[in-house]
Amino acid sequence: MTEDDLRRLIARVKSGRLSRRGFVKRVAAVGLTAPMATQILAIAGAAPAASQSVPTYRPTRRGGGGSLKILYWQAATLLNPHFATGTTNQDGSRVFYEPLAGWAGDGTLHAILAAEIPSIENGGLAADGKSVTWKLKRGVRWHDGQPFTADDVVFNWEYARNPATATVTSGSYRDVNVVKVDDFTVRVEFQQASPFWADAFVGSQGMIIPKHLFQAHNGANSRDAPANLRPVGTSAYRFVSFTPGDTIRAELNPNYHMDNRPYFDTLEIKGGGDATSAARAVMQTADYDYAWNLAVEDEILKRLEAVGRGKVNIVEGGGIEFMMLNAADPTTEVDGERAVPGSRHPAFSDPAVRQAMALLVDRNSLEQFIYGRGGPAVANFLLNPPRFRSPNMRWEFNVQKANEVLDAAGWVRGRDNIRAKNGVRLRFVYQTSVNTPRQRTQAIIKQAATRAGIDLELKSVTASVFFSSDVANPDTFTKFYADVQMYTTTMPQADPQRFMNQFVSWEMSGKANNWQGRNIVRWKSDEYDAAFRAAEGELDPIKRAALFIQMNDLVVGSNHVIPLVGRPTVSGSLNNLRHVLSGWDNTLWLLGDWYRET
Amino acid sequence: MTQYLIRRLLIAIPSLLGISVVLFTVLALAPGDPFEELATNPAVPPEVRAALRASLGIDDPVHIRYFRWLAAMLQGNWGFSFVSRVDVDQLILQRLPTTLLVIGASQILALAIALPIGVYAATRPYSIFDQIANTLAFIGFSLPTFFTGLLMILLFSIYLDWLPFVYRANIEATGWRFYWEHLRQTIMPVLVLGLFQGAAWTRFVRSAVLDVIRLDHVTTARAKGLPEGRITIRHVVRNAMIPVVTLVALQMPAVFGGAIVTEQIFRVPGIGSLLITAVLANDTPVIMAVTFVFACLVIFFNLLADVLYGWLDPRISYR
Repeated sequence: MTEDDLRRLIARVKSGRLSRRGFVKRVAAVGLTAPMATQILAIAGAAPAASQSVPTYRPTRRGGGGSLKILYWQAATLLNPHFATGTTNQDGSRVFYEPLAGWAGDGTLHAILAAEIPSIENGGLAADGKSVTWKLKRGVRWHDGQPFTADDVVFNWEYARNPATATVTSGSYRDVNVVKVDDFTVRVEFQQASPFWADAFVGSQGMIIPKHLFQAHNGANSRDAPANLRPVGTSAYRFVSFTPGDTIRAELNPNYHMDNRPYFDTLEIKGGGDATSAARAVMQTADYDYAWNLAVEDEILKRLEAVGRGKVNIVEGGGIEFMMLNAADPTTEVDGERAVPGSRHPAFSDPAVRQAMALLVDRNSLEQFIYGRGGPAVANFLLNPPRFRSPNMRWEFNVQKANEVLDAAGWVRGRDNIRAKNGVRLRFVYQTSVNTPRQRTQAIIKQAATRAGIDLELKSVTASVFFSSDVANPDTFTKFYADVQMYTTTMPQADPQRFMNQFVSWEMSGKANNWQGRNIVRWKSDEYDAAFRAAEGELDPIKRAALFIQMNDLVVGSNHVIPLVGRPTVSGSLNNLRHVLSGWDNTLWLLGDWYRET
Repeated sequence: MTQYLIRRLLIAIPSLLGISVVLFTVLALAPGDPFEELATNPAVPPEVRAALRASLGIDDPVHIRYFRWLAAMLQGNWGFSFVSRVDVDQLILQRLPTTLLVIGASQILALAIALPIGVYAATRPYSIFDQIANTLAFIGFSLPTFFTGLLMILLFSIYLDWLPFVYRANIEATGWRFYWEHLRQTIMPVLVLGLFQGAAWTRFVRSAVLDVIRLDHVTTARAKGLPEGRITIRHVVRNAMIPVVTLVALQMPAVFGGAIVTEQIFRVPGIGSLLITAVLANDTPVIMAVTFVFACLVIFFNLLADVLYGWLDPRISYR
């Protein structure tokens, strides 16, 4: 099915000549999945905007729900969203602060402080893609009674982009211009046509802090703002107390801007401890209602579910555990640097070796014996939202085929059973961080590789070193002074532009940029670069999705990047708790909609 | 005496300086970065991380950072947490009450177990009571707290469902219910720590009392026809307590330092858990402050033990 056919079908749906179900059936016949089909309709404007993305809220009055108790095994340490490093701090801030819109579980936007989601139809999106106009909800008040207006929104842009303030969110704000149109309208202007416009003021990067409490602390004195520890937001729950690294307590906000919300009278978020006992406290003893991020063996979770009090929630996002085969040469040192961008890896420059490596990964075993429901085997790098998922990639575990490929390419086994060609031996250093599932994965892959005449030397580095940006340390993942490495990367937004820039040639990590470039595998493809450049400016959502699918196919097809398992977020909750979770936004992104079924 | 005290306090200064240099160098040499989590997040450009590091002064050379820290410490400024963005003393003070309550209670429990059992066992060496007490004490200090803690959680929280295993510092209740809830959640951590410490001290008290009970002055007291109870209390225990007091005094800094493992298991928001999260997050100022304050306490209580020694045992004089 070509793009034109798709367009014709969508046009028929729009004019009412074809039912949506009929559309889904037709595209399913050519291999597109149903979620992908509905998403195509949604982005093409032929589906009711974001209507099914959030479950219906049933309580008919505010409050009366008692207390909601949430357990995090890592605790929030600060409550200013612009300084929130890591998801726990973002979640803690999200209890009190709200963005203009959040990302729902299916990767569509859900209006929170915005009156509506901007679109071309409602005039929110400029036709040239150079600006987006947000209409703010009226009648919203901060917890201290002050009105929420466009001034607050503009202030957040000034605050976040101020270099002296040194915010974590500055990446989303420094390249845009924000203009107040009137008291309840703001316009975000971009330097170039930007198909991805929902970054500033959206989701975890977009929580809005009140101007009247922070304007005196915009700059080097940002750390002195009392509201850093005593947040005053617009959300459904207002602040009671906070102990950094331990507990957040909040209570119902009687003036919340959404009807009948919230349901719970008080809220407590307790931090610390370990994931397994957090799972027990919810699913076995029911002391808590919800436990965040249960990095626990699936076997244990299944046993706890069998108790019958709670359930495990698996929320899909873009997180992926993957392997990369170095495109540069990690052994030769040039001018104090190894794996120099542009150099060639002696063995991996042969596509046959890369193909063999991909064939040696038994993803089925990884899913079955290591990750369980928390790590489904995948063939793509770009997994979600479904509209960006490539239907073209397949994975296979086949040691015999790997042997045949290597034989055909002239890699012959030596006396020690390791293959070699022209003096290059297939002996690789395979590094990752210290983490039980990763070490077990390494062992499984090493075993298969040995059968194909490839010797893998396993190396594991403490996570705090591996993931650090320490320029002096040779063992960081960005230096990649090894042949193979493996880790998880996450996708913070439902748009893949930021995610897929990790394979463009101008992002190559190296000494020149203090190893801060995003392209760690040092892979270079002109075709990929061109597709990425095109996607950056492509305003047609369908063409853009096709470009990202092409990028995925290019990088996965090269076998320099071998996707292993998806990493959905796993959490536990009591059976009667009705929560709204999303893999594209913070866990507590729509906390006001949580309620208990009685 | 005053002269002795002054001399000891003066000696303490170079040792504290030495400790601080060692701590600071070790922390500076340790790999890691407080903004590690940002490194894998594609939404955060690397320049942001660099700006953050610069704003907290992490990129400066070690010696400059050390002197800056020292100057601030001398002015009573304990530093500024990278991770929480608050002053470290505030973080520590927030957690001190819980630590004092839980660890303090466990030390009292340990003493309440060790003193009577140790003394009674020593007055009847190799009796059935002594054998049982000895065996239990051995078991008690051979089992690590993380094991007994988990065992207790399994038994009292999961199978019997009597006690909560998540410690909550803020309990929203008043009157009797408040105390009752607090008691319920404190029992397990206090028992775990108290029994472990108590077992070790029981052995120590027993041997200290055994040493004294064979001495001549005890025999003399018996020959005078004094009642046995009075001999034990007046003539034996008082003398035997000298080394025990030193031991207990030296244990006191731990009351402020918290118990890292037990606090982690029961989610007790004490100093120990603050230290461990700071270590995991590479939050150097917090680690520095907690360990340095701990070092000060150790030196102070050492001095206190020495002074107490002389008061208990007049044979010791200070020169």
